[in-house]
Amino acid sequence: MRRLLLVLLLAGSAALGPAHAISDPAEMLANPAQEARAEAVGRQLRCLVCQNESIEDSNADLARDLRRIVRSRIAAGETDHQVVGWLVARYGDFVRLNPPLNAVTLMLWFSPVLALGAGLLAVLLARRRRIIAAAPLTEAEQARLAELLPDTGARAPGAGR
Amino acid sequence: MNRRALLLAPFGVAVLAGAGFWTVLGRMRQGSFDPHDVPSPLLGKPVPDFTLPGLAAYQGFSAADLLAQLRAGGRPMLVNFFASWCVPCVIEHPELMALSRDGLPIWGIAYKDKPEAASGFVAQRGNPFQRIAADQPGRVAIDWGVYGVPESYLVDAGGVIRWRMAGPITPQIAAEQLRPLLKTLA
Repeated sequence: MRRLLLVLLLAGSAALGPAHAISDPAEMLANPAQEARAEAVGRQLRCLVCQNESIEDSNADLARDLRRIVRSRIAAGETDHQVVGWLVARYGDFVRLNPPLNAVTLMLWFSPVLALGAGLLAVLLARRRRIIAAAPLTEAEQARLAELLPDTGARAPGAGR
Repeated sequence: MNRRALLLAPFGVAVLAGAGFWTVLGRMRQGSFDPHDVPSPLLGKPVPDFTLPGLAAYQGFSAADLLAQLRAGGRPMLVNFFASWCVPCVIEHPELMALSRDGLPIWGIAYKDKPEAASGFVAQRGNPFQRIAADQPGRVAIDWGVYGVPESYLVDAGGVIRWRMAGPITPQIAAEQLRPLLKTLA
């Protein structure tokens, strides 16, 4: 129950979204629909200075410049795709926080599949070993066991299988 | 035997991972690998179009000026973004002086700097630049894909960007990367 509450709390705080770095309201576009689009685009773009924040979240000078450029391009009527493309032409795919699937990012995208495969393989190997270990005792072993156990005639668990 | 091999497997993985980390750390210390480096999509592309005013008394330049000079000189040139407020630029400065002395034409762009501070920087430490433009808003730098200073771009005689260094050109980086490249492009 407590764990469920914790999960709900975490999910709730994630859904609220991070606070962003726009400190100057003059930076925002007058048109709320365009401003919402600019924020959504900016949240997908990496701040090249801090590298682990989006340009919407970063206080770096360059991030502020890029926020302005994103807004002016959206106000000029460009699509989200065109705005991101404009930045990718200058800073490469690295500027996108959600990298596209290509030859360079193949390992990035498929490493979870590889990890899952390695885990499955490990489980299969471990199971196979357990089956081998459960092989019945030989007659000599059974005799030795009977000798060791105080109740004569007792059978070792699993020996009858 | 099989079981022993399995028991040794984690040890083997740890040794491999350790060797990997050791190599990466060594390269980071040497400067040949930077995990924060942003690969430039401008490599192999022509220089972006721009026009910038001169810094104080120095002569500014545009992409057309740069291309005309490249065509006239018939050899590569270095475009260096710098600022007086940037400590790595101070570290890089002696190597720019050395490259300039060795005959590499360098054109500078003062990035987001006060004109008097940037010209003071050059006057005080020596001028490795043939021309110095001022990009006070930092807008042209974005077209070059600059995300910090210093940042340098080697442009070949045909006006194509061949090499980019984000961060100071140290004597080691110049010896390992820039000078061999200049030999092949000459």
